[in-house]
Order: sequence, then structure tokens, then C-alpha cells
Amino acid sequence: MIKDKIITKGLNLHYGTNHALKDVDMSIKEKAITAFIGPSGCGKSTFLKTLNRMNDLVPGVVIEGSVILDGENIYDPRVDTTLLRKKIGMVFQQPNPFPMSIYDNVAYGPRIHGIKSKAKLDEIVEQSLIGAALFDEVKDRLKKSALGLSGGQQQRLCIARALAVEPEVLLMDEPTSALDPISTLKIEDLMSELKDKYTVAIVTHNMQQAARISDYTAFFLVGEVVEFAATDTLFTRPVDKRTEDYITGRFG
Amino acid sequence: MPTSNSIFNKKVRPLDAIAHIVIYLFASVSIFLLAGIVSYVAYRGLSSINWSFLTTVPSALKGTFGIAGNIVNTLYIIIITLLIAVPFGVGAAIYLNEYAKPGKMVQLIEFTTETLAGIPSIVFGLFGYVFFGITLNLGYSILTGSLTLVLMVLPLITRNTQEALKTVPSSYRSGALGIGATKWYMIRTILLPSAMPGIITGIILSIGRIVGESAALLFTAGSGRLLPKVGEYGEGLFQKVLQPGGTLTIELYLSMEKAQYDVAFGIAFVLLSIVLGINLLTKFLSRKFDVNRQS
Repeated sequence: MIKDKIITKGLNLHYGTNHALKDVDMSIKEKAITAFIGPSGCGKSTFLKTLNRMNDLVPGVVIEGSVILDGENIYDPRVDTTLLRKKIGMVFQQPNPFPMSIYDNVAYGPRIHGIKSKAKLDEIVEQSLIGAALFDEVKDRLKKSALGLSGGQQQRLCIARALAVEPEVLLMDEPTSALDPISTLKIEDLMSELKDKYTVAIVTHNMQQAARISDYTAFFLVGEVVEFAATDTLFTRPVDKRTEDYITGRFG
Repeated sequence: MPTSNSIFNKKVRPLDAIAHIVIYLFASVSIFLLAGIVSYVAYRGLSSINWSFLTTVPSALKGTFGIAGNIVNTLYIIIITLLIAVPFGVGAAIYLNEYAKPGKMVQLIEFTTETLAGIPSIVFGLFGYVFFGITLNLGYSILTGSLTLVLMVLPLITRNTQEALKTVPSSYRSGALGIGATKWYMIRTILLPSAMPGIITGIILSIGRIVGESAALLFTAGSGRLLPKVGEYGEGLFQKVLQPGGTLTIELYLSMEKAQYDVAFGIAFVLLSIVLGINLLTKFLSRKFDVNRQS
């Protein structure tokens, strides 16, 4: 039996008058890739962001229900968001390296959490870049600005930056939608390797991508989870008519 | 011979040609004006500038009439004004852009700051003299003058910092917060370095305003010409802050009043050199601090 890493119960999210998530119950399995698919505006990205409280930054958002990470509700008032986001890292749609060197980008997270030793940081930076399949391409220019990297390299740098704080869960919000096919392939290969060590949740617009890389898939429609199942099952024998219509390309 | 359908039928378009000439003319006029003023000031000024002019203070006993005291006063006022105005201005900009909820209050503060920038400087002089000089009993002093100038340059620094903060992509903010940075850590390590060129622009504009100011200083910092009397351990450097001191611009104004035009041009030349020097220095610094360079 695979362990549940994150469980959401009755999760509702209101953005002003917009009811963006409706009673979402979901369990995200440990050391597996869970993909969220659905048409634009269906709530899949919003749902992903509730998992490490990034929606807290948006004014006017009201969240009800609970998100349980290893038995602890992340919306409990006692939660320290810095510690939460150390456990649950995030990679965004647009690669967003900071305007500093490649080295400093990767070392940014560990430094937040108080690591100062040069030797320790060197090791973390190297290991994280290796983990993100970027080390060989940048090892000779670690001190150069990260803004000079290509889009695909920047996104792998952002993955390295997230890995550097040794998270347990990695949230990825359409991580390849701004990238070319070759870079996309590299990131997809990387994700398959990452699931040996991390729990991965990914939002994607690309159904083929979900089918290729994920173990579980949830189909979202106007704020609701229509269907959630093992990826093979969802794509070959969908139970709900709406899921079938979507995956066969009848809308979306 | 090109046919009527060919793209080789190049035409002369008189309106374009005229516009071209007129625009060049306008551009040249503004360049010549600047070059003309600078060279005339240099021509008239250089003849009254010599080593003693730059290094002595006026003294009937020694027969000197130099401006060393005014140069030092100018530097004092620039430094003290910026030491107070930069932290306040940058802090206000961070508050407005990163902490305050957008709405009526922020608009009101922004409107007030902009209006503050448009008030004639003599009004600041009046307020500074009465409030800092008399009510707070600071008298005619470099401190009174600097506090008055702080009010004047605060909007420049706040607005420029705010504009710079607005151009920092929000993805930097979510990226940093997303790996667990606290808000202040994110501001300190990402936002302020990214906004540095804008902050430096605000500082350059402020220095220009400080160096060029006379109306707001005449009745606040006064017109002292003496150098600080520095003791063996640097005591006296601070006392000077509480003593009156006229900047170069004030001295320029006073020498024009006495119709000493040669001295006035000499001071004007020193002023222009200082402004040019400070501008070059800050340009160099802002390039050095530009984190968005891709090398």
C-alpha cells in the first residue's frame, strides 16, 4: 500500500465572489507523480498553490477545509510557512531565476535556512545541479549570471533551486509550457528520476505529458475534481462522460 | 526603365526631408546651448580659479578670499541630507509597494508626495526656518538646512525607488517566498538589489537638487564661510553640523549680489565640476550594482 503524502478534505477556495475550488478531496501518493489536468480556468493551478499556501499572497482569498501533510494541517495557525515551504517546494510556469549568479540562485534556499559554511554550500549546489541534470552544462560558469542561461536551462536551475532545500514534495505549475520540445523532454526525463526521492505534483495543459509521466491523474472542471484515478485507468477507461469527452479532445 | 508597377520608382518626399532638417536643428540648438553655457562659465571661471581660491577661506587678516569653507559646507549638506532622506525615502517606497494594501490610502500618500515635489523651494525655506530653526531651536545651522532639504528630496527618492520596485518581476517575489524566504529576507536579497539602479537615480537627482538650492538654504543653513575647527581626534567635525554654513550656491548668490562676477563665475565652474563628478560617479556605481546584467 502506497502511503498518502498529502490529503485534502473538503477544500473550498473563494476568490472574491468566484468559487474557484469546490469540495476538493484528494490524496497525493508518496514518491509518485500526480498530474492535474483540465481546461484553462478549471482550478488546477489554484489547487496546486493551496498545497504550499502560495495563495496566501493573493489578497481576497478565502480558504476552507484542510490540507493534511504527514498528519499535520498546513492551514493550522501554528504553521510556520518558511518550514512548510522547505518541505513543499515549488517550480513555476515561467522560469524565474533570480538576478544573481547560478551558484547564488541554488544557494539561496539553504542560506534562508541558515547554512553558511562554504564547503557545505558548495556541496549542496553541486548535488542540486546534478539532481536537476544541469551540472555538466554550467559547472564552468557557476559565478556567471543565471539570466544568461537558455529558457530550458533556467527552468532546470529553478528545479535545482527547489531541490537545494531538500524538500519532500515538489509542486510544478506547468513547468514546460514556456519551453521548446527538447527542453521539455529533458524536464520530463528529470521528473521520472525525481519521483524516486520526492513526491511530485504537476499541473499540465498537455494531456500527453500527463499520460507519459504521471502515475495518478486528476481531471478538474470548473473547480471540481471530476475524476481522480491511476493514470492508465483514467486515460483508457474513464468513468465520467466529461472526462472521456475531454481526453478524446471533444472540448478543452 | 522601371514599369509603373516596379518598386524602383523612388520618390523624394519633401515633408519628410523638411522634418528631418528641422528635428536635427532643434537637437543641435539644445546641444549648443549646453556647450555654450559650460564653455562660457569655464572661460570666465577658470581665470579666477587658482590653488588659493580653492583652499582658503575669506580672511581680512591674511588677505585671502577662497571658497574652501563653502565646498566643505556643500559636502556636509549633501551627506547629511542623504543620510536622513535615503533610509526614509527607500523605506516609504518599500512600504507603499510591498506592504500597503493598494487603495485610497496609498493613492493619497502618492499624491501628497508628488505635490510635495512641486512646492517652490522658498516655501520649504520658510517652513524650515520657522520649524527646525526656531521651534526646534536648531538656529541657522547645517542641520537645519539639511532637514529642510530632506523634505524636498524625499519625494525624488521615494518615487524613483517605487518605480524601480514596480519593474521587478513579481515572479522573483513568488520564487523567493516559494522556497521559504520571509518577506523581509526577500526584500533584502532580491528586491533592493534589483531596485538599486532606480535608487541611485533618485540619489543623483537629489544631489542635483541639493547642490542647486539657494532659496531653501539662505534662512536655514545660513551663509557661514569658515572651515570646521577640527581637533586632534576629529572633534569639531560634528560641532560643525550645528553651526551655520553657506553652500557654494549661496556664496554664488552673495557674490552676484556684490557684483563680484569673476568670483561668481569661479564658484559656478566649481559647482559644475562637482555636479559632473558626482554624476559620473553615480553612473559608474549604478552600472556596478546592476544585477540584471547577463554576464
